[in-house]
Amino acid sequence: MNDVSPFDEMLRSDRSVRDAYQAFETWFSSEDPAHLRAKAREAEAVFRLSGITFNVYGATGAGERLIPFDIVPRIIAAREWAKLSKGIEQRVRALNAFLHDIYHRQEIVRAGVLPVEMIARNDAFLQQMIGVDPPGGIYTHIVGVDLVRTGPDQFYVLEDNARTPSGVSYMLENRETMLHMFPELFAKNRIQRVSRYPQSLHSSLAASAPRRCDQDPVVAVLTPGIHNSAYYEHSFLADQMGVELVEGHDLRVVDGRVAMRTTEGYRTIDVLYRRVDDDYLDPLNFRPDSQLGVPGIFDVYRAGGITIANAPGTGVSDDKAIYSYMPDIVEFYTGEKAMLENVPTWRCSDPDSLAHVLDNLEELVVKEVHGSGGYGMLIGPTASKKDIREFRAKLEARPSNYIAQPTLALSTCPIFSKAGLTPRHVDLRPFVLMSPNGIEITPGGLTRVALKKGSLVVNSSQGGGTKDTWVLEDD
Amino acid sequence: MLGKTAGGLAWMFRYLERSENLARLVETGQRIALTRPDRAESEWASVLKTAGVTASYKAHHDDVTGEQVVDWILRGKDNHSSILNCIEGARMNARLVRTALTREVWEAVNECWMTLCSELSRKVIPRDLPRTLGVIKQRSAFVRGALHGTMLRNDIYDFARLGTFLERADATARLLDVKYYVLLPSAAGVGSTLDNAQWEMILRSVSAEGAFRMVHGRNRKPADIAKFLTLDSRMPRSLAFCYSKIGDNLGYLESDYGIRMPSHDMAETMCQDLNHATIETIFENGLHQFLQNFLKRNGELAVQIELDYRFSQ
Repeated sequence: MNDVSPFDEMLRSDRSVRDAYQAFETWFSSEDPAHLRAKAREAEAVFRLSGITFNVYGATGAGERLIPFDIVPRIIAAREWAKLSKGIEQRVRALNAFLHDIYHRQEIVRAGVLPVEMIARNDAFLQQMIGVDPPGGIYTHIVGVDLVRTGPDQFYVLEDNARTPSGVSYMLENRETMLHMFPELFAKNRIQRVSRYPQSLHSSLAASAPRRCDQDPVVAVLTPGIHNSAYYEHSFLADQMGVELVEGHDLRVVDGRVAMRTTEGYRTIDVLYRRVDDDYLDPLNFRPDSQLGVPGIFDVYRAGGITIANAPGTGVSDDKAIYSYMPDIVEFYTGEKAMLENVPTWRCSDPDSLAHVLDNLEELVVKEVHGSGGYGMLIGPTASKKDIREFRAKLEARPSNYIAQPTLALSTCPIFSKAGLTPRHVDLRPFVLMSPNGIEITPGGLTRVALKKGSLVVNSSQGGGTKDTWVLEDD
Repeated sequence: MLGKTAGGLAWMFRYLERSENLARLVETGQRIALTRPDRAESEWASVLKTAGVTASYKAHHDDVTGEQVVDWILRGKDNHSSILNCIEGARMNARLVRTALTREVWEAVNECWMTLCSELSRKVIPRDLPRTLGVIKQRSAFVRGALHGTMLRNDIYDFARLGTFLERADATARLLDVKYYVLLPSAAGVGSTLDNAQWEMILRSVSAEGAFRMVHGRNRKPADIAKFLTLDSRMPRSLAFCYSKIGDNLGYLESDYGIRMPSHDMAETMCQDLNHATIETIFENGLHQFLQNFLKRNGELAVQIELDYRFSQ
């Protein structure tokens, strides 16, 4: 760990308040802490009443928890955001082009930029998607680009989530909660709206309707069901968009289209926003033991009878080994250097990199190539000797399963604790919508915060919390 | 709407109605047990029978005591029809059909569940029972209030109401059937205190003592009680009232969707039968037979509605 304090979103190193936080700090310092604590408890009660709960995998009994919400917003200046947006847009365009390419001519492999094993040995690569042309050529209708900040002008992309990125419901509910509890803050700060997201999502999805659609496009959200940890978000988005929330057993292939069983008979769906993994989508084409999918839906998809968002096979880009090639991928498809930087990454499949990683385990963060949720990773600087020993063994057994990165000094943002404002590490997940009509990025996104002092793990499944994220209007 | 959603709505409201009815039943049982301790055991046996949980109770208990019966009905873990399990079922269905509910209805059900999980986390001591039962009825009333106050009167509302009234009709018929022998004409004029207690139990279980007095005066004849609860279309828990509502809501669905289903004919026949029946003809043919037949047809209608509106594949 280096000795320099991490970049703090609110305070400069001389403890003065950054411009973006001035108005907030003025308000905060004049508020009675007891009142704020009461408000924080009120927020929790509102979340509980709304049922915004999170089922932790593996929990027994009453497994419903709340993701803790912190009342101090993470504030981003308009100028900073404008710069980030450009970089995010560039990246998402490149991602989509990459997916189209690898499922067609694989030019990036032919050009020798990406080794063929990156795709050939990639579990998320779906042979069945080769040659398929999704409507508008859009694979990644919804992307969450995870960013971290390490300095005043230094952001890194931590990972690209192009499969089924989640958390947008928290982004929206956090804003609603802040508006409800502290309306005066919104009079004193001019903040860009996020409430348009559900309408934008619906337009985006509807614009991606298949050729065979001959009506006002019918959109539906496919959920694995009420026992899924993210069920609240599925129902929230369906509700906000005004569309049906379906499960696999509500659907059936009828006359080459996919239809849902309504009280009046089967009704055709044009666009399915699916929150079910590729593997479970279709027991006839993928895992035959899946109870969550629709037999034959993939055949309908290939024939252009339904749009599936995100397209099957986008998991390739969630792969951390592919991540390490993203700068090359961006350059290959856009002809430009990537505006957003990647975290320097060592691929353990490469012998030299593996040697370096094994020599420096105590200083590095090592992640599984296909991992998610913050599981299966080693944070060298905070790991015990035993953890490091065990991880070394795993690494040596299957080096190609891992990548390593230097520990980043993630920026901190204050949380409101019993001791007042105190800094905690944060990241940022902006949500990007892509359709034939273009790309739309909701201002800000979800800020996740590691609630334990000094911890770098922000994932909700491991005790992280969230904040409202403000992008200020241009002055 | 999805067929699954229609089913979820109907079940959500069936469970809520069931838990409210059970709360009243327990309340009545408690009162009788306290005021007529010599009759307590047999009254509790009647409560179990009315709730339809005699078999499961007997599988877990050696004897019938008020304390055990109350606990079984309130929160028996292995009792599928305990109040706690019913509220859990209602909430689970509410989650399933979340997008069809207004925020207020959802919050009312969710808060009902959260409150009752806490209230019923431990055995309820007799002294706290009135309060707990009050909370159950109050929380159910909040849901009903939110439903009536905020829900659009479309098919979503119709399925919710069908769930409520199919359950209520079933509950009232069962209540009467368990006690049918004290409602027979031969019991009239005997006026023993035993029979008075039974009649009181029946009326109390449906919060109907005051209403009954308004319609029939102070003289409680068993035939009048039977009539009040089967045929009086103004009594909100009577079979006739339930069926007039079932008929109405099925009618709205028919008009909304523009198509008539087998369940419409079935419901219409039942409504007509109830309209044309008199308490005399019911006694002539046998009250017990009438109620058994009613329960059977009510169950068949519920199944037909599930088929007609595609609740499941």
